[in-house]
Amino acid sequence: MGEKMNIIEAVNAALEDEMEADEKVIAYGEDVGEDGGVFRATEGLQEKFGEKRCFSTPLAESGIAGTAIGMSLYGFRPVIEMQFSGFSYLAFYQMKEHASRMRIRSRGDYEVPLTMRAPYGGGISALEHHQESPEAFYSHAQGMHVVIPSTPQDAYSLLRKSIQMDDPVVFLEPKKTYRAFKEEVDRDKEVELEASRVVQEGSDVTMVAWGAMVTVAEDAADEIDADVEIIDPRTIYPMDFETITESVKKTGRAMILHEAPKSGGFGGEISSRIQENAILNMEAPVERVAAPDVPYPLYTLEDFYMPNKKRAVKGLERVLEF
Amino acid sequence: MAREEVYSGSIQRIEVMGTEDDEDFPWIEEDEYRELYRKMMIARKFDEKAFKLQRRGEISTYAPHKGQEACQIGAIFALGEDDWMVPSFRETAAFIQRGAPLEKIFQRWMGDANGQKGLSDLNTLPVAIPVGTQNLHTAGLGMAMEFEEDENAVLGFTGDGSTSQGDFHEALNFSGVYDAHSVFFVQNNKFAISMPIERQTNSQTLAQKALAYGIDGIQVDGNDILAVIKGTQEALEKARNGEPVLIEADTYRLEDHTTSDDSTRYRDEEDVEEWQKHDPLKRFREYLKEHEIWDEELEAFEEEAEEMVNEAANVAMEMDDPEFDELFDFVYKDMPDLLKKEKEELREEVNQ
Repeated sequence: MGEKMNIIEAVNAALEDEMEADEKVIAYGEDVGEDGGVFRATEGLQEKFGEKRCFSTPLAESGIAGTAIGMSLYGFRPVIEMQFSGFSYLAFYQMKEHASRMRIRSRGDYEVPLTMRAPYGGGISALEHHQESPEAFYSHAQGMHVVIPSTPQDAYSLLRKSIQMDDPVVFLEPKKTYRAFKEEVDRDKEVELEASRVVQEGSDVTMVAWGAMVTVAEDAADEIDADVEIIDPRTIYPMDFETITESVKKTGRAMILHEAPKSGGFGGEISSRIQENAILNMEAPVERVAAPDVPYPLYTLEDFYMPNKKRAVKGLERVLEF
Repeated sequence: MAREEVYSGSIQRIEVMGTEDDEDFPWIEEDEYRELYRKMMIARKFDEKAFKLQRRGEISTYAPHKGQEACQIGAIFALGEDDWMVPSFRETAAFIQRGAPLEKIFQRWMGDANGQKGLSDLNTLPVAIPVGTQNLHTAGLGMAMEFEEDENAVLGFTGDGSTSQGDFHEALNFSGVYDAHSVFFVQNNKFAISMPIERQTNSQTLAQKALAYGIDGIQVDGNDILAVIKGTQEALEKARNGEPVLIEADTYRLEDHTTSDDSTRYRDEEDVEEWQKHDPLKRFREYLKEHEIWDEELEAFEEEAEEMVNEAANVAMEMDDPEFDELFDFVYKDMPDLLKKEKEELREEVNQ
């Protein structure tokens, strides 16, 4: 087994190993060079690989994504960093209308093997725009993969896999749990995209959660007197609905926990898929615990906004007692 | 209080036809002058044919390039095979000069993306419709060339309207910072659909926008194909050495924005008539006559070009429409299970 790492260390290790393995992999974004990124995800990479392979850019998110498309077309495999996902909307256009369409537009002549990393999610008492959960936006941009790890091992293996993909990948990192816990990371472990992880098996209810919400889900499952199966889809789009549906067929009940606002959140899609495929096995409507349909507040209000263990437990109780 | 000038810059304009600059005629091979004219004529005939096809319902929407043939054919004439071309959406003449088959160009205008297949053999990107966003690809390709220490360059087309877009400015800025091998070729055709250049920007020239980013800017007479070639050659030479350049080609869109547009709503017919006098094809023909390159063969080429274009259009019209399967091809390199399932469900519903 490997060394113990937290999520941010695992991200750093994945970048280092992938840059070592493939000289076409380059890492760039705001403050990622000498400074190692504001969260230190790229710490030491410039020193090790030089300024041409890891560098800081002018402050322009669309510029970072758009130039990375050009670099990709010339044979590079860029891993770009958006300093916070709430600033990534400036790059959204390049990602959605160009990165994700170049292959189909050219009927397979060109590809954009670009990975856009961004810390996402709330709960760290940060400034406005620094706590967003934009996974649903990116999941509605056909042609990209949207990946969210929840553990150091997955952060390592999924990031390496994402960088190796010949399609664009949006890789959202749960910054609340960047340094929350360490686990042993096996650097040889490979993980596929579009493959859910069963976090824990159970027979009474299926709980789907990703990113920092997986920890909340585990805490809620510990607290409640029921046998909870927790599934972390890991790839938000294209999602492995199969594993979730099979689980619900077994348990007959489902709850989805995410920290993005409820309306239009990806929980709605999961809920629909469950009902399309497992309605005859269901004992209760699908329950969703999510943020309210309001903008992420300044941090004095964030404890009301962020789904927490208490709300997750209540959600589980509702779906179990229906 | 002390004040001193900390920056000053200027923009030069290049003209060739009928100027002292043309004293060293001929500065390209005689055959090349003839070939340039032929390409301009083919492009003009393509435009006319595409317009007719649109009126007949064979093409849904077409963006004519009439009046901009010198810009596009001149710029691409200067571009080498190892160089790259990044188009915007009105670059049909550029595609023709770059060597894209006419029937494939028609095929795309007829709504089949397969018309863009094969462009990678020409180091040419497919059409980019969102105005100005492609400039960042021009910047990125140029950065990649510098990083790889290659000695080629990329020429990206863009228009006057796009110079208001943030991506245009970010592209110039990144290019300057990273010594990108990029040439940004702005066809200032004076209108962004209905918006005249005077209200698009308060800058006196578009070329001067380069100076703010520490890169060179030049203006060329965009209806003088030789000025375009000279300016582009100079720019590419700089770009190959890591000095990006912004070229403003001063030209005019003689037709509507697209076949869905009616330009009589926003511009005077007299202005259009004035610019007709400077039609780049007409000017080049006069030039070739003056320099005694013009002959019967070139005179007769108009008809030949029309036949070539008609034939290509017929080939494109006879092509089979893409099959159902192609709807899902190339969305991803390997089709995700989710899409495989959707595809089979849809196949059943549409009975394919």
